[in-house]
Amino acid sequence: MTPRRRRLILVLGILAGVAIAGTLALQAFRENVMFFFDPSQVAQGEAPEGERFRLGGMVEKGSVVRAPGSLQVQFIVTDFQRSVPVHYSGVLPDLFREGQGVVAHGRLGTDGVFNADEVLAKHDEKYMPPEVKRSLKPPATPAAAPQG
Amino acid sequence: MLPELGHFALILALLLAGLQAFFGLAAPALGRDRWLAAVMPATAGQAVMVATAFACLVASFVRFDFSVAYVAQNSNSALPLIYRIAAVWGAHEGSLLLWIVLLACWTIAVAFGVSRLPPRFGARVLGVLGLVSFGFLLFTLATSNPFLRLDPAAPDGRDLNPLLQDPALALHPPLLYTGYVGFAVAFAFAIAAMLEGRLDQAWARWTRPWTLAAWAFLSIGIALGSWWAYYELGWGGYWFWDPVENASFMPWLVGTALIHSLAATEKRGLFKSWTLLLAIVAFSLSLLGTFLVRSGVLVSVHSFAADPARGVFILAFLVIMIGGALALYAWRAPLLKSNAGFEFASRESFLLFNNILLVIAAATVFGGTMAPLISDAAGLGTLSVGPQYFNPTFLLPMLPLVALVAIAVHSNWKRGRLPERKRPVIVSGLVGLAIALALVLGYYGGRPGLALVSLALGAWLVLSSLVDPVDRLRRGLSLPRAIIGMTLAHVALGVFVIAVTTVETYTAEEDIALAQGETAHVGGYDFRFEGVASIDGPNYDGVHGMVQVSRNGQPVVTLHPEKRRYLVQQSVMTEAGIATQAGRDLFVALGEDLGAGRWSLRIQIRPLINYVWLAVALMALGGFLAASDRRYRSARAPATEPGEAGQGSTA
Repeated sequence: MTPRRRRLILVLGILAGVAIAGTLALQAFRENVMFFFDPSQVAQGEAPEGERFRLGGMVEKGSVVRAPGSLQVQFIVTDFQRSVPVHYSGVLPDLFREGQGVVAHGRLGTDGVFNADEVLAKHDEKYMPPEVKRSLKPPATPAAAPQG
Repeated sequence: MLPELGHFALILALLLAGLQAFFGLAAPALGRDRWLAAVMPATAGQAVMVATAFACLVASFVRFDFSVAYVAQNSNSALPLIYRIAAVWGAHEGSLLLWIVLLACWTIAVAFGVSRLPPRFGARVLGVLGLVSFGFLLFTLATSNPFLRLDPAAPDGRDLNPLLQDPALALHPPLLYTGYVGFAVAFAFAIAAMLEGRLDQAWARWTRPWTLAAWAFLSIGIALGSWWAYYELGWGGYWFWDPVENASFMPWLVGTALIHSLAATEKRGLFKSWTLLLAIVAFSLSLLGTFLVRSGVLVSVHSFAADPARGVFILAFLVIMIGGALALYAWRAPLLKSNAGFEFASRESFLLFNNILLVIAAATVFGGTMAPLISDAAGLGTLSVGPQYFNPTFLLPMLPLVALVAIAVHSNWKRGRLPERKRPVIVSGLVGLAIALALVLGYYGGRPGLALVSLALGAWLVLSSLVDPVDRLRRGLSLPRAIIGMTLAHVALGVFVIAVTTVETYTAEEDIALAQGETAHVGGYDFRFEGVASIDGPNYDGVHGMVQVSRNGQPVVTLHPEKRRYLVQQSVMTEAGIATQAGRDLFVALGEDLGAGRWSLRIQIRPLINYVWLAVALMALGGFLAASDRRYRSARAPATEPGEAGQGSTA
């Protein structure tokens, strides 16, 4: 093999490798990316059925119900126009509270209940997830940061 | 008085940084050698002013000066001294100042080494560093001044974010930033080389120790952040592919590529323009990381500050710095041709593939990190990218890389004589596979698959890297620090692969509701919940649970997971109870009171997790050892500047 030929093979090999990596990355990206929907979008049927997505909004005041002594918990996520009931089993994050912003990962059931496998509430009281903030509808005034 | 003094010192620092940049860059460009004398005083003066400003801010925190807005927002009269000092870099303004201080430290270190360099080249390096410092000082003064007064003064402060009240996080930003900023030195060397229009092997030898040190600091910073996330965020896990983590990981990956391509540039005069590009990209990603995290652009726990007004300045700064550097690169890089050849299985080819794989990995992380921002900005919907994307796409280039390193440590410069070294490679590979089989089938039991592959690769890498150094020691040959450092880092990479694979495959975890006296069985251990008691800290109160852990009836340890409520911000924090036992971490986090006398608990058993951080610490140690190799210390510039001849073409 001449050096020129060898270099050609090298370059082609690298290009092929990069192309394969790029294709696989795109594939993984398309399959695993999660979209965000607020309760109004869910009510209008925009959320994909049976696929995982992120649901965000405020935890409705007085909606958190727990079977005493069990990890099962239900609550309602609202954007002040529509709301979605959520079922979750597990440990809730420290900042999960009624009247605060929340993002849940999970799937929408045929009964209209969102089955969450992960519930996130951000670790900073002053902080509201931007997508949740945007999703809140007019009557809402996002809870202001408490003055210390 | 102190805040005004600090503010004034910052303004003086800005002026001096401007002078440092002007004289450092203009003197060589205009051929005015007499101006060179002004570079050093400006550099020293700038450093003194920056240090003064930083000392003023620290003093304001230590003395509870709540008339300073930044202090009032991030401190409190009940905050212990160590966290009052750490609070200096607890938010946006102070962390920018910390960045500037660390840049001044690196600049001073470079200034001491500059006497070994040709005077014009040294002036250019300091000039570029001055320019970077100027940009940051301008940004701080214009948009993020930490010395602004509050009128009237606050009666008390709003306290430091409780998440940050932790020893590891007190150290995490300084170390991480030391790494970030260290890449500024490699960047300055690259820009100076392009301005000179000359890049020889001496250049690579000057640049290497700085880059190695920066990379090592960055490694420790990342590891510390990961360790902190593990025990402080309260829910186990050590890497979440959070945008903030990715922001520090991308410069690390590119920096790793850079230290390897610098090796080829130094030894063989190869990959010159590629090395320059990596130096520019590593620093650009550091800048991007600094700003992404602190500007509040990212949806993440780290975004304390959200001020879009700063965005314009940041964008302009990034465009000027990165765009300017890339434009210079496009113009000058073609002058810097590499003219040496190499054979297919030579060390040069392996380094080339190493670089390709690392850059692919960095690119996939970059894509996943930026996609949500781009999609959001372009109005394509709000999406998020999680571990389901990052894990497979990151493993794809990384597993081949581990195999590549295991072979490459036996390769020679220039000549592809690998067949002569077949034996150690194959033997260590077989032994590695045997160890992995024994671990998977014997010790952990069942479930081979990808875990087997990566355990075998990790063990192979550890053994293969040790063959040569051990052989040299047996023959009574000395080992230079560069070789020890390299070996240590490669062994550490193998240990890292083994540890991560083990944690990811063999972690046992369970969320469970327990009443007092009830027992949970997880991963062969019994966790008996003994109830909760109240606790009382300096600026928090709360409860701690008592969990008695036993194995086969033998008591092992009692864990005390805490639930703290920080009084000022009224925020609740989980402090996990963790004990290390026979290479495993026993982890219990206290959830909430579920009623009916029960509490929710998260219980995890994570084998080898400590070795993940230990391995990274070893890698960093390897970096420091290699950076302190004798040949960098004795590398003085020849009396006459090295010419174009003698570059790389010598056999």
